[in-house]
Amino acid sequence: MSTSPMLYGRGVVRSYGRTPALRGVTLDVAEGEIVAVTGPSGCGKSTLLLCLAGILRPDAGEIGYREQRIDTWSESARARLRRSEFGVLFQFGQLVAELPAAENVALPLLLAGARRREARTAALSWLDRFGIADLADNRPGDMSGGEQQRAALARALVTEPRVLFADEPTGALDSLAGERVLGHLVRVAREQRTTVVLVTHDARVAGYADREVMLRDGMLDPSGLGLMSGAV
Amino acid sequence: MSTGHVLLGLLTRGPLHGYELKRAYDHRLPQAKPLGFGQVYATLGRLERDGFVAPDDPDQAGGPERTAFGITAQGETELSTWLGTIEPPSPHVTSALLTKVTVALLAAGEQRARDYLVAQRAAHSTRLREYTKMKSDPDARLADVIAADYAIAHLDADLRWLRTTLDRVAELRQEISE
Repeated sequence: MSTSPMLYGRGVVRSYGRTPALRGVTLDVAEGEIVAVTGPSGCGKSTLLLCLAGILRPDAGEIGYREQRIDTWSESARARLRRSEFGVLFQFGQLVAELPAAENVALPLLLAGARRREARTAALSWLDRFGIADLADNRPGDMSGGEQQRAALARALVTEPRVLFADEPTGALDSLAGERVLGHLVRVAREQRTTVVLVTHDARVAGYADREVMLRDGMLDPSGLGLMSGAV
Repeated sequence: MSTGHVLLGLLTRGPLHGYELKRAYDHRLPQAKPLGFGQVYATLGRLERDGFVAPDDPDQAGGPERTAFGITAQGETELSTWLGTIEPPSPHVTSALLTKVTVALLAAGEQRARDYLVAQRAAHSTRLREYTKMKSDPDARLADVIAADYAIAHLDADLRWLRTTLDRVAELRQEISE
């Protein structure tokens, strides 16, 4: 028997009202693995990410992390898990517009109870790692899209999460800016053995992953070519 | 693309004279590299030598231009092997990919065409990851990165094409069987 997965979904089902988004998805993710979840828009890939990250609770099926079933946990228990173990990055970085970059990056540490000075030092070091240390005192509105997304990546990684969930992290960026963000993301993940679940519709982004799984109509598509709905 | 395999595929529909074979080729594969009569006869000669085709009526007298050729069992095996072999994923293979899909539909049916597309997609994805890794290497020279960008952009286009073609397989089969 091989080692158990770090993160898994088993038969995950989730609907929004009467609209099914996931119709029984099973996925194992190993520690340190970068998995791309791809598929056309509306296939359920973002819903799968939200379920795996403990943000959404599935209607049926299980979500597990480090051999513990987490979908049955209370909202507050899942929130604690997310703060301590998970990092999340969305298409639009969702930085706080009123705060300078360094304070944005420091926020998760402050929420976790770190001292202001320590949090700022850590934030500056992450900004430096991503080549935007000189923008530490800029508000998001004074930064380019790519710089904002690098700051958002720094904020997602500042707590040194074990798993990073990234949903179309470069979807709003031009290709070179997107490539920088992905380059930083993958480098840090490799160095720190961070597990990454990367949702994208773009094969070029999926190219950064170790493995690609494709969804179609809320189900895994083992062929990667949409065979399940391919009516003959 | 292998002309011999394409001709074998065309012959799965029944024996044809060289002239008919050339017409069938032009009709089925209008975008492919043009094929001259001389090339058709030369290829048929090689296929006959290798036992992949045989005269339909061995008693009929006359040169190759008077002879209708049919695919042999050995030829069918050879064709099947070719249909199962993915193309090396590299830029500008779309024409080879399209040819193979068309021949698969003609000779082996829709499932075979789908199986081929699935295998080809996996090979393309793997190659795309290799190029991505190559250009993400901190020691990569800019010239290598730019070359990898080029290859990735083309592989990405092929991947989109593979998906769209799969959606069109049923229609394409319809057209081919008409």
